[in-house]
Amino acid sequence: MIHPEIIVRVTDIAVVAESIKQFTFERVDGGSMPVFAPGAHIVVSMDDQGKLRRNPYSLMSSPSDSTSYQISVLRVVESRGGSAFMHEHVDVGDTMTISHPIDLFPLHATAKRHVLIAGGIGITPFLPMMEVLNESGQVFELHYSMRSRRRGAFLSELERRYGSRVSAEVDDEGGRLDTRKLLIDQPLGTHIYVCAPLPMIDLVFGVARELGWAEENLHREVFLAPPAGTPFYTNLAKSGTTVYVAEHQSLLESIEAAGIDVPYLCRGGACGQCETTVIDFDGQLMHHDIFLTDDENVSGTKIMPCVSRFVGASLTVEL
Amino acid sequence: MAMIFHDETYRDDFSFHNSPESIRRYPFPFHEDSYMYAINMENHLPGKPGSSYEHPIDVDEHYVSEMRDRAIVLNEDPKRCQALPHMMAAQWDTLELLMTNKARSYPDLFTLERNGDLWHWINQPLGIDDTFVFGDQSTLPYEPMEYITRQAQGDFCIVDQRNDTLWMDAGMVTCQADWSLDFDIGMNFMEWHAPVPMAHELGIFDRALKFLMNVQQGRPVRRLNWTMTVNPRLDTSPENYHKWGPDKTTVTAQNIGSKLHLRCELQSFWRLPRSNALLFPIRQYLISLNDIATIPKWACRMHRVLTTIPDSIAEYKGFSRNRQLALDFLAPFDDGRELTLGGEPE
Ligand code: FES
Repeated sequence: MIHPEIIVRVTDIAVVAESIKQFTFERVDGGSMPVFAPGAHIVVSMDDQGKLRRNPYSLMSSPSDSTSYQISVLRVVESRGGSAFMHEHVDVGDTMTISHPIDLFPLHATAKRHVLIAGGIGITPFLPMMEVLNESGQVFELHYSMRSRRRGAFLSELERRYGSRVSAEVDDEGGRLDTRKLLIDQPLGTHIYVCAPLPMIDLVFGVARELGWAEENLHREVFLAPPAGTPFYTNLAKSGTTVYVAEHQSLLESIEAAGIDVPYLCRGGACGQCETTVIDFDGQLMHHDIFLTDDENVSGTKIMPCVSRFVGASLTVEL
Repeated sequence: MAMIFHDETYRDDFSFHNSPESIRRYPFPFHEDSYMYAINMENHLPGKPGSSYEHPIDVDEHYVSEMRDRAIVLNEDPKRCQALPHMMAAQWDTLELLMTNKARSYPDLFTLERNGDLWHWINQPLGIDDTFVFGDQSTLPYEPMEYITRQAQGDFCIVDQRNDTLWMDAGMVTCQADWSLDFDIGMNFMEWHAPVPMAHELGIFDRALKFLMNVQQGRPVRRLNWTMTVNPRLDTSPENYHKWGPDKTTVTAQNIGSKLHLRCELQSFWRLPRSNALLFPIRQYLISLNDIATIPKWACRMHRVLTTIPDSIAEYKGFSRNRQLALDFLAPFDDGRELTLGGEPE
């Protein structure tokens, strides 16, 4: 088993903002949760009427609390099921399976200053980050963009705790993050961290690059939701089997359902871990990841099964 | 069976020796008949009872004497233990990982009681009984990494992960195979591997780096590395080359069996939880050719491997001078028979 798991019980569910629920997990065996670094996420496995779903969620609880983990889930309207399942089918007392923490969004140990930029539900990894930065006396500021205050989970709590280090940009009050102004004033040694929908990340990174920021000072976390699409078959050459990918299932999930382990970390098209070689296809690869380069996409030799799909007559991958 | 710790030395009279059980549990690194430079990573899962892999952090009969040797080295050269300032969280991570693993694997030897941040640690073999506050370094006699690695066999490096690479930013290095922490500290992965011949051209380090950066919490990995050392000396550092370098000229056909030692390194890699750094324990196991010769498969296998090693590698590993003597010693054990794959002694 390449992904050791932890069996947990849901001990609390709270509505923390419009369409956002917070879940608390404790170990069923009563043991303590693995310590985690701020920025880490877990993968939650869901048994959705016999269908396995696995979604990544940032850990938002205190890293110093080893009794439980907390995540927050935004109910996505056009969700293919993961967030809807968490909102509608998970109750206090339920047992679930989660992964060990995986950290793809760590704080930079030698940064002089940390600028955190959150968009909507992207606030979650910043909660433990701010706690750790605050405790260790490091310099940071948070810029939190949201559609409306009703959707701004944890905002008042953060303002109370961190005061002027928190600023909110609220869409329906006409607020807007002035990225250029924010970045132009930053001293050398500043690192920026963005957790937000992809367009917002692109915007911030675009401005930063224009201003000549070094790539190593830019950090982002985004979990792309695997899009739904027309069902298709995929031949797995090494395993000598064929899997059916249903409309609301990812290729990765359907391969896992066949009992075949594929390495993954983010399950959201960003980390590159699930990269799979395409041996042959007749049709069109629908790349949805942000890992492969344009050239690689055109070459048709690779696919990221966590988010990408296929349309056409036949697809064979190396797995 | 209770562990009996040897009282032995790794310098001067070199009284280090392996018991027959210790020979059989040796992590013999040659799994096939020819030599290939490869970074063969595998999951660091518990191995067979009695093997060096049984517990994630291995403690053996040499524990007490190895720790004594470390204290001597540190006394002469405190720079063998260094940590850059941003590594404090990783130091505590390391202390926690080593204490919890040892207490779990060897409850007769080590105990850890945790009451919130108040920790009580008993190390029975070394006669240590300390109470301290986790996270408060003023409550320990040394910084956390030094404190716990003065009680743990093998060298330890802690590497930070940033800018898409790994940085050697802390370590306790007193029994290394000819590299220097003081020289490498603050270097990145490619810089500190620069001296290894061939591997760069093969692209091995690019792949290894990518692999290591993806090592996840709860899923440590390991690999074996090896070299040869004349006399069972742990401290073969460049700083002390003048002490051990000349030993190489003392090997003769008569004494090679007791003088030349295979030095296997069991390297494991652990993602640390608070700091997201990687802990990299490098555990050395020494065994003389005479001891290897008690396991016919190993002596035969080693003869074949040494025959196929490229000169540049023999040079890098520092045994080209004594290679022929070693081959002569091992040749009688190689009767051409077929050997099973793997490092098991059978
Ligand atoms: S698992 Fe990260 S890109 Fe697919």
